[in-house]
Amino acid sequence: MAPRTLFDKIWDHHVVETLPDGTSILYIDRHLLHEVTSPQAFEGLRLAGRKLRHPEMTVAVVDHNVPTSDRTQPIEEPESRNQIETLERNVKEFGVPYIPLLSANQGIVHVVGPEQGISLPGMTIVCGDSHTSTHGAMGALAFGIGTSEVEHVMATQTILQRPAKNMRVTVEGTLGAGVSAKDVMLAIIGHIGTAGGTGHVIEFAGSAIRGLDMAGRMTICNMSIEAGARAGLVAPDDVTFDYVRGRPFAPKGEDFDKAVAYWRTLSSDDGAHFDTEVTLRAEDIAPSLTWGTSPETVLPITATVPDPAQESDEAKRVQMQRMLDYMGLDAGQKIAGTPVDVVFIGSCTNSRIEDLRAAANVAAGRKVADGVRAMIVPGSGLVKRQAEEEGLDKIFLDAGFEWREAGCSMCLGMNPDRLTPGQRCASTSNRNFEGRQGPGGRTHLLSPAMAAAAAVTGCLTDVRELA
Amino acid sequence: MDKFTVLSAVAAALPEANIDTDKIIPARFLKTTQRTGLGKHAFDSMRYLAEGSENPDFVLNQQPWRQAEILVTYDNLGCGSSREHAPWALLDFGIRCVIAPSFADIFFNNCFKNGILPIRLPRDICDALMGDAAMGSNARLTVDLPRQVVIRPDGQEVPFEIDPFRKHMLLEGLDDIGQTLQHEGEITVFEQTVAGERPWMPKISFE
Repeated sequence: MAPRTLFDKIWDHHVVETLPDGTSILYIDRHLLHEVTSPQAFEGLRLAGRKLRHPEMTVAVVDHNVPTSDRTQPIEEPESRNQIETLERNVKEFGVPYIPLLSANQGIVHVVGPEQGISLPGMTIVCGDSHTSTHGAMGALAFGIGTSEVEHVMATQTILQRPAKNMRVTVEGTLGAGVSAKDVMLAIIGHIGTAGGTGHVIEFAGSAIRGLDMAGRMTICNMSIEAGARAGLVAPDDVTFDYVRGRPFAPKGEDFDKAVAYWRTLSSDDGAHFDTEVTLRAEDIAPSLTWGTSPETVLPITATVPDPAQESDEAKRVQMQRMLDYMGLDAGQKIAGTPVDVVFIGSCTNSRIEDLRAAANVAAGRKVADGVRAMIVPGSGLVKRQAEEEGLDKIFLDAGFEWREAGCSMCLGMNPDRLTPGQRCASTSNRNFEGRQGPGGRTHLLSPAMAAAAAVTGCLTDVRELA
Repeated sequence: MDKFTVLSAVAAALPEANIDTDKIIPARFLKTTQRTGLGKHAFDSMRYLAEGSENPDFVLNQQPWRQAEILVTYDNLGCGSSREHAPWALLDFGIRCVIAPSFADIFFNNCFKNGILPIRLPRDICDALMGDAAMGSNARLTVDLPRQVVIRPDGQEVPFEIDPFRKHMLLEGLDDIGQTLQHEGEITVFEQTVAGERPWMPKISFE
């Protein structure tokens, strides 16, 4: 057999049938549901008199639209409450395993999946959310789908797909002090652009990627979609297997050993063909952040804001100027030192225990700057509990951070956690689009350590200066 | 789903790249449990001023583009979130066809599922179509799916590519689920094979 990529192998293991025009019926091992993109799919099933083909391959959790404040109080916004109650009715009617709001296991679907051992290497995983790419860190083929496809998976446990192209992004070398997985991924997106991965699945490889823990790999794969890719992948290895072992839904005992034997076959063969190859040197990556309203507008923290006058393409020049106006920045100004109003540490990109440790490391013994609102939103109830066992909550609370309940929160501003117009936010989330965190809000994407540095200094800051 | 055959309509130009799905429909409007009713919030931040009145400078607030059924933009249309609320909002506004040099994958897919035809055409042709669109009601574009051409007001025909399967589904207004269920036998065989090869695959239950 010709050498195959990791993506090719997982794909081949899941093709039910390929139709004459090249579209494949692809089998889905895990279907994750949340309250925002599922109600219309359940309604579609109901109208057609269909059932879920495999409820036991499906898990639902509430995350996008839940309050991150006191959960003993009823949800104030009637539409939000209705969406959550609708999911609760639907999971009951269709027999879907469900993690309710008040469960200690509740959290962001892309944090909960790996944490519970629901997402495993070699699987195909889908969810009505573009950041499903996160689970690719397990060595699974995981991608976001629309609500019509959610209904399709519910009814058939399959999806219609054409094979993606293969891209490999290799990062070799050792990351410098203060440089995290988030900085690596921002550097990659800055390099290939927000459409650089369109039509591709990206496999992340190289010694710098191998050297990351699972949380770091999840951060990288999470933002594959910001590079336009369908999915991101890291080949499973001992780091992965150690992470999976003992998780609630992971195979146990002899089954685990059999699974690992299979998972070890899941890496790209020598000589496998990649349609696109990109290589970065870890040593070239600095603590980074975005300056504009597209995730590709990446700068090292030591840089100055670019000047549209130097852009030759007129449409791009106009767009750059609009970004500067929206963000309230001037061409040529140093990005470091720009004052912030809000700091948000959370989201499916950066809300795991490792992320909170990195932020706490910077926050310890310091105080949130006057006039700055700084929020910590753990990725799940279990992350929150772990952090409390380690005393991180105390570090954050002593420094003046808010210590909140798990959910998507200010990453997308569906719940009451929103920026007000003109507010500038240092955010560990994944998108800096206009209005993403609230109408008129200004978002700078950066790592948890950089976010904590912004919180304690009151401005965008090179975290290495606080070492 | 409505069939898509030949559409002759006013086109509106949005000469921007990277129009993301948050821009097409911001997250705060995703609390609905319906597919319909999102048209009034389509392009909310561009369409309305801070106090809620219409922005008179925005093309979809001007005549004749309020009646636009075709939208022409630059690269990477629909990037970002997978929310199908984006094509639902476009459809509810009245858009049946989107034309751009490139699209984000999930949005591209989601359009087909809702009877919206996304067409990829090179940047210089999009520029020409934007010029046509600026002529308003005097310059309707015709999108002929059976023949796979966009017909400009001067009669020039611009050919476009589309997967045969997707073309068939749009022309007939079919939904995928019924089609896939015709292969239920193969799905069952696949499941039995996997159960043999990967017996350790866990089932989920919180009981």
